[in-house]
Amino acid sequence: MSLNTVWFILVTILFIGFFFLEGFDYGVGILLPILGKNDVERRTIINAIGPVWDGNEVWMVTAGGALFASFPNVYATLFSGFYLALVLMLVALITRGVSFEFRGKRPDKSWRSLWDWAIFTGSLLPALLWGVAVANLMRGFAIDQQMNYYGGLLPLLNPYALLGGLVFVALFTMHGANFLARKVSNSIAERAKKLAFSVWIAATALTVVFVVWTFFATDILTKPGLNGLIPAILAALALLTNGWLIRSGKSGWAFITGSLVIVFATLMVFVGLYPRILISTLEPSWSLTIVNAASSPYTLKVMSIVAAIFVPIVLIYQGWTYWVFRKRVESNPEKLTY
Amino acid sequence: MDPLILSRWQFAITTIYHFFLVPLTLGLSILVAIFESRYVATGDEAYLRLTKFWGRIFLINFAAGVVTGIVQEFHFGMNWSGYARFMGDIFGAPLAIEALLAFYLESTFIGLWVFGWDKLPKKVHLAAAWLVAIGSNISALWILIANSFMQNPVGYAIENGRAVMTSFLALITNPNLPYQFFHVFAAGLCTAGFMVLGFSAWHLLRKQETDIELFRKAFRWAAVFALVGALAVGLVGDAHGKFLGKTQPMKIAAAEALWSTQDPADFVLVASIDEENAENKFEVTIPSALSFLLYNRFTGPVEGLNDLQEDAVQMYGPGNYIPPVTISFWSFRIMVGAGLLMLLLALLALIKPRIKFLDRSRLFMKLLLPAMVLPYIASTFGWILTESARQPWIVYGLQKVQDAVSPNVTAGTVLFSLILFTILLGGLIGVTGWLMFKSGTSQPQPARTAE
Repeated sequence: MSLNTVWFILVTILFIGFFFLEGFDYGVGILLPILGKNDVERRTIINAIGPVWDGNEVWMVTAGGALFASFPNVYATLFSGFYLALVLMLVALITRGVSFEFRGKRPDKSWRSLWDWAIFTGSLLPALLWGVAVANLMRGFAIDQQMNYYGGLLPLLNPYALLGGLVFVALFTMHGANFLARKVSNSIAERAKKLAFSVWIAATALTVVFVVWTFFATDILTKPGLNGLIPAILAALALLTNGWLIRSGKSGWAFITGSLVIVFATLMVFVGLYPRILISTLEPSWSLTIVNAASSPYTLKVMSIVAAIFVPIVLIYQGWTYWVFRKRVESNPEKLTY
Repeated sequence: MDPLILSRWQFAITTIYHFFLVPLTLGLSILVAIFESRYVATGDEAYLRLTKFWGRIFLINFAAGVVTGIVQEFHFGMNWSGYARFMGDIFGAPLAIEALLAFYLESTFIGLWVFGWDKLPKKVHLAAAWLVAIGSNISALWILIANSFMQNPVGYAIENGRAVMTSFLALITNPNLPYQFFHVFAAGLCTAGFMVLGFSAWHLLRKQETDIELFRKAFRWAAVFALVGALAVGLVGDAHGKFLGKTQPMKIAAAEALWSTQDPADFVLVASIDEENAENKFEVTIPSALSFLLYNRFTGPVEGLNDLQEDAVQMYGPGNYIPPVTISFWSFRIMVGAGLLMLLLALLALIKPRIKFLDRSRLFMKLLLPAMVLPYIASTFGWILTESARQPWIVYGLQKVQDAVSPNVTAGTVLFSLILFTILLGGLIGVTGWLMFKSGTSQPQPARTAE
């Protein structure tokens, strides 16, 4: 296997990790004002992700960094092309990031509710924008011969991409509800379980429409050779099982199958893209691929060694963190960390 | 307006914002870890209270540092896609390694530190504090490896119109790196020192303060930090200057507003600079002092801007290779001035308990309050100097800033994001500063409830 393919796989893994971990963080943020009835409940919900959200967000930063190091042309084309969408995303991530820290620093109600809403929008907007971005990646956009996209924001907000955004929001919200059902005190967890099923119905409906549309509008599922059909089927099976498990109250298994939906869906996208990374709708040969967008073999080799050493270490200590905080967060105002 | 100019403004403003937050993270993470180490080693609960008190300020600052850092990472692709394409093969690697080695470490262990007080054994919790400190400083190391390449390219070749890495070892052992890293590291110690000195002074000045002993303890530690930091920052800076005299003579000439080559070269104390006519209208100089700064002797030629410009034209073709002289010249003087003032104050703070009149002086303690901004002034102007005086290059001798900008991002778009980021991040820094002030001037928690 060429190093270019190895790095395509590694970037895929980083995005899977990112969507899986930040997926429930975003979901929890979206659910914060819906499930949290008072300050103690909201703090409980925040503390369910409190120790881990920052480490989870690093998956996005690392995915970006890895893309830069291994496929710099993709980084350049994507980030300059999606400029305004990324500005919005940054605004959301900035406000969300400080909210967790700032919120508890003042006791007054208006201060806390300000940051609660910042967490809500700061989670909703990135979820939506990542969905829009991924849908555009699947369908391609107008990349010219010099690897630049001049179209601006509006063509990226096409109906197909917006539907992709809604799918992401629904899936992440469901993922977050499944997570909270396992992570917070019972009264909130019960509400999370109920809500999870309603969100599951919405997510399933949106996903079905999106997949059908994907079948006709893109070649992700139909490309000859390697395509995203098998992961798509696995994702569908996981989604159906997930609904059944939520319905029967098995929240632990529901969280696992919900996670598998995200894993397989992400896999579907990347397998469907391979060996392309950014598809040009103007001319197929202008697409950015694992060959024409890649770093030199030397850099890929160095980075492979670094990744082979440090990715397992990161996985071990991040996994350990989840073990340390495996217990439910109790809604006890005396014991909550602010 | 030109998207290039706007992108430069945006990068400058957001970087300066980011670097308002970074030095404190670098230094205070270490000081907090030391306090916790003292607590674990001695069982003295005063140190636990100090750990939590300064830890709170650290966290507020850290959160804002993280989010402004993400903006920086995105910028390289958003506004500088020409740079990302030309330099990505080299520049992407340290950036990705920074995320992999440092960001995961600090963000994971900060979570454990904040939420793990009653879940982890004391020593494991202490290890988390140190891993946050190590992670933060490793992060500085890798981003400076990247920046060092921009100042002093090594271990590369140009292939098919882009720079490719030929030696990873050369990249990470860039001779420019030790100067830059230890300069930044020492600045971090200094920033933390002055922050803790300032807030401790605030508490010690209060008539009804009940925690005198606690803040005296903090004050003593902070004085050591401030002095070690200020001293090291100056010594490393001086050595860096000598190194730059060889590798980036244009930067030295601009920082000194030296237009024509001199031997021995005078040090210009103040000057009225006329960039248009390439001369100083008026200047106060110390004879031969610049030669001394660069060579430790009172002779030796220092090349002037006009001669370096001619050399550069011969090497790189027609163009203006003189960086903004006024900005470089004054940034350098402001940085050094603030540094010397810090050195003096830190020294006085350290010897204060031994000198009677100083120990009783309320004025000196009051001086330490505004002195908290000195490290910020020094860091800001230090970066303005090092980045401005590299112009017109984004990578010294390899790529000009004008070739680095994204061709597909319009002026209106950049103007929009420039205004948005300036206001949003500016407001954010304001709130961060205000919360830190509130925290720093609040009463520390008693040890029991702090547990």
